[in-house]
Amino acid sequence: MAAAAAAAQDEAAARDVQRLLVQFQDEGGQLLGSPFDVPVDITPDKLQLVCNALLAQEDPVPLAFFVHDAEIVSSLGRTLESQAVETEKVLDIIYQPQAIFRVRAVTRCTSSLEGHSEAVISVAFSPTGKYLASGSGDTTVRFWDLSTETPHFTCQGHRHWVLSISWSPDGKKLASGCKNGQILLWDPSTGKQVGRPLAGHSKWITGLSWEPLHVNPECRYVASSSKDGSVRVWDTTVGRCERILTGHTQSVTCLRWGGDGLLYSASQDRTIKVWRAHDGVLCRTLQGHGHWVNTMALSTDYALRTGAFEPAEASVNAQDLRGSSEDKKPLARMTGHQALINQVLFSPDSRIIASASFDKSIKLWDGRTGRYLASLRGHVAAVYQIAWSADSRLLVSGSSDSTLKVWDVKGQKLAADLPGHADEVYAVDWSPDGQRVASGGKDKCLRIWRR
Amino acid sequence: MQSGNLQCPQNEYIELRRKHYGYRLDYHEKKRKQEGREAHERSKKAKKMIGKLYHKQRHAEKIQMKKTIKMHEKRNTKPKNEKTPQGAVPAYLLDREGQSRAKKAGKWEVPMPKVRAQGETAVLKAIRTGKRKKKAWKRMVTKVCFVGDGFTRKPPKYERFIRPMGLRFKKAHVTHPELKATFCLPILGVKKNPSSPLYRSLGVITKGTVIEVNVRELGLVTQGGKVIWGKYAQVTNNPENDGCINAVLLV
Repeated sequence: MAAAAAAAQDEAAARDVQRLLVQFQDEGGQLLGSPFDVPVDITPDKLQLVCNALLAQEDPVPLAFFVHDAEIVSSLGRTLESQAVETEKVLDIIYQPQAIFRVRAVTRCTSSLEGHSEAVISVAFSPTGKYLASGSGDTTVRFWDLSTETPHFTCQGHRHWVLSISWSPDGKKLASGCKNGQILLWDPSTGKQVGRPLAGHSKWITGLSWEPLHVNPECRYVASSSKDGSVRVWDTTVGRCERILTGHTQSVTCLRWGGDGLLYSASQDRTIKVWRAHDGVLCRTLQGHGHWVNTMALSTDYALRTGAFEPAEASVNAQDLRGSSEDKKPLARMTGHQALINQVLFSPDSRIIASASFDKSIKLWDGRTGRYLASLRGHVAAVYQIAWSADSRLLVSGSSDSTLKVWDVKGQKLAADLPGHADEVYAVDWSPDGQRVASGGKDKCLRIWRR
Repeated sequence: MQSGNLQCPQNEYIELRRKHYGYRLDYHEKKRKQEGREAHERSKKAKKMIGKLYHKQRHAEKIQMKKTIKMHEKRNTKPKNEKTPQGAVPAYLLDREGQSRAKKAGKWEVPMPKVRAQGETAVLKAIRTGKRKKKAWKRMVTKVCFVGDGFTRKPPKYERFIRPMGLRFKKAHVTHPELKATFCLPILGVKKNPSSPLYRSLGVITKGTVIEVNVRELGLVTQGGKVIWGKYAQVTNNPENDGCINAVLLV
């Protein structure tokens, strides 16, 4: 690898190109190796060879390179053209390892799963990607067999619309909440209800969140937020409410159980409250939003869904990025959307934040600083939900105009357009293994999309 | 002992007797039976009686009675499964009054099948031209019209139909009948004028004319994923009287 770099250097020297001193640096600021000389027209591939050689790993890792926050796409020279560079100083090139595997964009609808007799409101793949569950306005929760793409189980039990569903981190249980405030637990392998119905909320359930796997491997506790302004922690083995966290004065719109034992709840009363999970004490109240907080995302969301963790947090609606969990002040305020923001998500590698809004656009922001990156336009009506692919390179969005669109995040443009639904698309999810995208909507059918 | 005082009220003698001697032995039995008969007696009287106020009062009482009986019955029976309401929406859409505008419109009737035909003298006014103002071959349109983007007049010496600039409109207020929302949309063309094909070729817009409007603003999409950008609408007012074109969107 060093030989290849040397060869490149010789070649460039022969062509008498300007040379620069560069130093590789990782995202945390750690320096890699010592500064060395490269020609200005060096390409990212060659940089990758050199960097991999310096990292001295068995398998070469794909990398992306950034100079002063601008990505090196074609050659170093091109990127520096727009910036003032002092050729005497050592230039810092920040390298970011990308996901080794590559998820391919989904392009076609492989099946349309009918069965629900009312609009499909929520869709979720299990953390292992083996099962698919959907909740609907006809009060049933259905499990679907992914290998044959046919219905597996239909679970009756709710008496009103099933508003939210959530898989336990080990993939063995599914919790579903309905508009009457009732929560039921299901076993995906048999389709039967597990335990007793958890009743206690007086109004509808807005969100469900399980306790992370690393804290408790038996997946015992689940937290639920409701329009009645309270958050309840339930013990699923016994079937009763362990703790009730009150404090919000209006509906709690979003709930997240963080990896460090803290529960984050966002509400229409414009605050986000942070609670200690094991004893229910309110730690912090984060204020600053100007209106209802519609949605919230943790940078560890994807990791908690599938595996290990690292904490930080962001909350939205005229977005505020907050630093580590100790801070009370917002880190960054991300404005730009012209209508309400319906969903915000960190990418699985937590480098990019995507926000879907009713102003028909999706905006991308830097995951650490909150800096605006790009706007993805293409939808002709409100964008309802988005989902990231596991390698953080693709984003799928479902909208009120009945289409789904797959976006290439690196190129910041549309990768594939997925029409097919007859009416508004209410829920989308990308399976953690990257193979499939599932979407459900007002036309009562669930569609599975593959490559 | 009866009170000898004539000053005491005369209605207390019954009570006084009861206090002294107690009730009659069959008093309670008789009372119970009388009360049992009361409903029948009232009904018997009501059948023969002529008395508007009385009957009115009785009718009101009957209604109340029926309600209480029904309520008692309901209490005894088990509640049957109530149907869950239609229109299921996800949690993020609950609580929101204004809905997203792109909705699939259902079928609805054609708003105005029959329209009064406009005579030629009403729509076209003869203009006198020439040095002696004798020639009368030119006509001026007296109604609102639509000319396209690339419209240029014919040389004035040869143009037969004059469409005044003041009566040329580019936008129409189109109402979506299902959403009950009105949008100001640019007109793309005149499709059919019910009075005459001549008016359609001139672009005259009168009540009942079918026009094509640019609906890109509404964000409608076909099943195949293509964006719909033109739709027909029928004009519902007399634009020459109002100064604006009001139309209703057609399926």
